[in-house]
Amino acid sequence: MSNLNINKLTTLLKVQYSNMLEYRVEIALWAISGIIPFFMLNIWTNNNLNESINLSNIMLSRYFLSAFFVRQFSVVWVVFTFEEDALLGRISPYLIQPLNPFFRYFAQHIAEQFTRFPFAIIIALIFFLFNPESLWIPSLGIFLLSCISTFLSFLIQFLIQSIIACLCFWTEKASSIERLLFIPTLFLSGLLAPVISFPEKVKSWIYITPFPYLIDFPANLLSGNKTNMISGFLMQLIWISILFPVFKRIWNLGTKKYTAMGS
Amino acid sequence: MKLKKYIKIYTLFLYTSLSSELEYKTNLIIDFVTAILSLIGSIFLLTIFFQNTDNIGGWNFQQALIIQGIYTILNGITNTWFNPNLTEIVKHIREGTLDFVLLKPVDSQFFISLKKIAPSGFLEIILGFALLFYCIRINQININLAFLFLCLTTVICSILILYSLWFLISTTTIWFVKTWNATEVLRSFLYIGRFPLNSFSFSLKIFFSIFIPIAFITSIPSGVFLGLAKLWEIILEIIVCGIFLIASRRFWLFALKYYTSASS
Repeated sequence: MSNLNINKLTTLLKVQYSNMLEYRVEIALWAISGIIPFFMLNIWTNNNLNESINLSNIMLSRYFLSAFFVRQFSVVWVVFTFEEDALLGRISPYLIQPLNPFFRYFAQHIAEQFTRFPFAIIIALIFFLFNPESLWIPSLGIFLLSCISTFLSFLIQFLIQSIIACLCFWTEKASSIERLLFIPTLFLSGLLAPVISFPEKVKSWIYITPFPYLIDFPANLLSGNKTNMISGFLMQLIWISILFPVFKRIWNLGTKKYTAMGS
Repeated sequence: MKLKKYIKIYTLFLYTSLSSELEYKTNLIIDFVTAILSLIGSIFLLTIFFQNTDNIGGWNFQQALIIQGIYTILNGITNTWFNPNLTEIVKHIREGTLDFVLLKPVDSQFFISLKKIAPSGFLEIILGFALLFYCIRINQININLAFLFLCLTTVICSILILYSLWFLISTTTIWFVKTWNATEVLRSFLYIGRFPLNSFSFSLKIFFSIFIPIAFITSIPSGVFLGLAKLWEIILEIIVCGIFLIASRRFWLFALKYYTSASS
């Protein structure tokens, strides 16, 4: 049974990868649109703002480069695709298939990440060309661990967005809720400023929320900055185990509610 | 005569798009909350920057808030007018419906740029103005007629530059068909407009003045508000604005020659 599922998933992955390759230019542009962390790094180092948080220029540039990578491989857009599919009624044929449609979206995301990989590497190489002193090679163990934590971060975001996407069954336009949720993700995840630089008041509660584990934790791990590995992974797993049942429940409720457009 | 016709058409555009947008009322409320949170978020980021320093790039916190205000207004205008219309171009070209636009006895650029309106951006514009007035108070800026005139001129120039940028990029759709992500690149670059240009290193400063004129979009108007801008900067802004407007117009007319409709 699970063998069959793996078969389905690999087929989906192959199909979606060739599909995504068709849109290389699009994905390259998308990769470029993720370079905000580098601009932020420029503000930080150019104004010596990092002195107060005891991070050297080199460590900070590694942090922001890692943040760029983590962001590249944890971008989720499932709600926008799902909304379009639901509004146009394309969901109906998917529902008949003996496979949860979210497998299809999941495969799309993974395939897109593979397509994006070379572009992200090129951007990183350009970055090292300008900042050769910040070049570093993480040990294999750390590299693997940060890959895992990036994937977990992707899973958390994928689950949150899938839950929001399921709201399409009730509200039709769920993407505006996603845009709302994107704001705290943007400012609290560590994409624009490392979480250790946040005011104490914010730091006292932020580690309970999922946000620091989306970018700050994997980026700290990859760049070799100080971070608590055990609690980081633990919190990521806890959030996944909270979100997954919610998603399953809302999916079951939603599909019962679904009536296809025009009926 | 011609102007009257266009004003009449525009009021019709306003009426139709507002009534269709108001169908999604909850959406509107969510967008309002998003706008407020987004402003809080960027002020939060600024306070992090100013935690242990009293200036970045020669701007203190109160002065940097002015840039936030202007950015918020411009972002609201982008969300109200530019974004909903210019993403539509992609759809027109992919589905070949641009034919219908070109056949109408109105200017195609006018039709494409102003057809739709997204009222959720209004709140952002209001928020931006509120922040700006607050900044005028805390920075103790004297308001007089000349000051207002200069502010208005530079802000209008910024809006026009911003429009031209969006329009230029959207026009490339005629060749590449899908430039949805190109506007996303522009969006992420414009994000830099939230911060004073002087806070970046020299090479980025040059980049943001020449290739993507973010310097002209937020920094110079903010300088005018603070009475720091020099006369040549204001004149340069007006010239840049003119160049961009003419370029975007010319580029559109040029691109239309290559339009071949869908599936032909």
